Amino acid sequence: MRFLLVEDNAKLATSIAERLTLDGHVVDHAAEISTAEDFISTADYDMILLDIMLPDGDGRDFLNEHRGRQDDTPVIVLTARSEVSDRVGVLDLGADDYITKPFDFSELEARCRAVMRRKSGGVTNAKRFGDLVFDSLAGTLKIGSKTVSLRNKELRLLEIFFSAPDVIFSKTKLVDRLFSYDEDVSENAIEVYVARLRRHISSSSVQIITVRGLGYRLSLT
Amino acid sequence: MTLEANISGSIRRRLTLQLLGIAAVLAALLFVMVMTYAKQVAEESQDNILSASATSILDSAAIQSGEVTVDIPYSALSMLGNVSDDRVFYRVMADGKYLTGYESLPDAYTAKGRENHRFITSHYLGESIRMVSATRRLSNASGPVEVTVSVAQTLKRQRETLERISTNAAYLGFGFFIAAAVLGVLTAQSAVRPVQTLANSVSRRGPQDLRAVQAPVPGEMAPLVVALNRFMARLKKSLTRSEEFIAEAAHRIRTPLAVLRTQAEIALRRVERPENRAALKEMIRAIDESSRAAGQLLDHAMVSFRTDHLEVKEINLLELADETLERLRPLAEMQDKTLSLHGEELPSIKGDAILIQNALSNILDNAIKYAPQGEDVKITVTHEDKWVVLSVYDQGPGFAPEDIEKLTERFSRGKNAEDTVGSGLGLTIAEEVTQAHGGHLKLSNRTNVRGACVSFYFPQS
Repeated sequence: MRFLLVEDNAKLATSIAERLTLDGHVVDHAAEISTAEDFISTADYDMILLDIMLPDGDGRDFLNEHRGRQDDTPVIVLTARSEVSDRVGVLDLGADDYITKPFDFSELEARCRAVMRRKSGGVTNAKRFGDLVFDSLAGTLKIGSKTVSLRNKELRLLEIFFSAPDVIFSKTKLVDRLFSYDEDVSENAIEVYVARLRRHISSSSVQIITVRGLGYRLSLT
Repeated sequence: MTLEANISGSIRRRLTLQLLGIAAVLAALLFVMVMTYAKQVAEESQDNILSASATSILDSAAIQSGEVTVDIPYSALSMLGNVSDDRVFYRVMADGKYLTGYESLPDAYTAKGRENHRFITSHYLGESIRMVSATRRLSNASGPVEVTVSVAQTLKRQRETLERISTNAAYLGFGFFIAAAVLGVLTAQSAVRPVQTLANSVSRRGPQDLRAVQAPVPGEMAPLVVALNRFMARLKKSLTRSEEFIAEAAHRIRTPLAVLRTQAEIALRRVERPENRAALKEMIRAIDESSRAAGQLLDHAMVSFRTDHLEVKEINLLELADETLERLRPLAEMQDKTLSLHGEELPSIKGDAILIQNALSNILDNAIKYAPQGEDVKITVTHEDKWVVLSVYDQGPGFAPEDIEKLTERFSRGKNAEDTVGSGLGLTIAEEVTQAHGGHLKLSNRTNVRGACVSFYFPQS
């Protein structure tokens, strides 16, 4: 995904950008509203992350103008204040969601996905591998013409494998991507989810192969 | 802190006792006055009769052939003795020499009297007597002769009359005392009533209600009420200041915490060694705990502030729960937990939507946190008597029974929550919000299945 991060605290902005890059996202960083507007006029973003207190104005004014421009790019507001009244205010102004600093990146990702699912309005974003058709946004998986229902963690796991078929993912990496850090899980928990996913796709031409000592990869049989 | 007042005396008791004292003194005074007056009247009437009797005897005194003669008229003595069995004595003397009657009657020369009648109270033959002595000068050839007539009567009847009057006067005094005592008690009660009214209006207040007392009070109590109002204003100011301080502090902590958390996540992605990873995870958990605590302190400060100025609107609890749920759904999905809402259309409630939403999301947050991976959190909106009840059911370990009472206290966490991130203000916030709306919070464990249930009771509007 391509993010525009509008945040004036340089340290925080750098960390967030770096952290999102680790998950394979592209991040542009604007420290002020004017810079953010320049970015928006030259590029398309999947998501805007907006701080409320900015040096050259209030994030809420930016939101107002943004919606006035008929720009459909979803906006998630980053607030330091957790007051519900503030949050309700930004939602009324047209933000799609908000998240309180400091935030868990899995939560941010979950919120991004929820927002994008709402916004996509049925437009499919499906990827194919073998006879699997997977739409990570809509959360649907089809084997041929048969729809399989997956729970969230299974979807997320499949999404990771789908992002790079035939590439080996270590258990550690999978745990990092799949669980938030305040969930107390061991790496063996991954085995449970891999086993469930294997069961779901057992009738397809795709399988998850265990690479001893290294991890798992998604491959065609 | 002691909640008992240091009591020294009671205004009502003191006032009652003083009024009773005054009533007793007045009753005694009344008794004495009646008795004195009655005695005076009795004596006067007896004296008048004695005088008349003495005068009529004196009138019959005459000089006949140089000798003083007294022909005592029957009426003179009968007017004295016709009613009672009092005994009557008389004596006639001329120029100090005994003529007739009871010679040993006491002399009345020393007694004071009116004109030439002198009265004396004395004893004679073992009885108390009242005696009058009247003197008249008669002319004789050899010069004037002074004739003195003394008439005495025993005091038995007078005493009897006085006794009767005294009994009646005592009844009168006692009756007066009782009437005055009743009025006194009523007066004392009505005098302290404004104090009780004020005490009631202050004690009926909610815990956050620090408005000035507006109820009308008598002038004498104005200084107390003014002092009370000033004190509450000071208290409110210092509360507001500390809440603002907490809010500001929490706010300032959050941004650096966000940097720290993000950096820790990045580091975690880069390190391989299990002990380093464990340390970093510990760090992230600690950061989450601090930020949750900061968040809940902020929420709590906001709740405390808003309960003073409730923005009351008609609220559809079902819609509100749905909105709150939607907002938390991504969080639950992340952990493969399902949030479900059940309920029918219900009477609306009056309340502050932002407060209720805040309380509910705190509870839901807890429920999501404590529910085991892959299990569900259920929210129901129902109707119970005059209450609209919103319940959150989880499938977590439930509350320890001994904790249920004290869990809503600030910073109290259940025994079952030791390894989950949280600061323990969620239930406090929820309880304060329901109380501010005239409702209450109920904690219980689910029957039949594992899990806890938190119910918000709001009065229907």
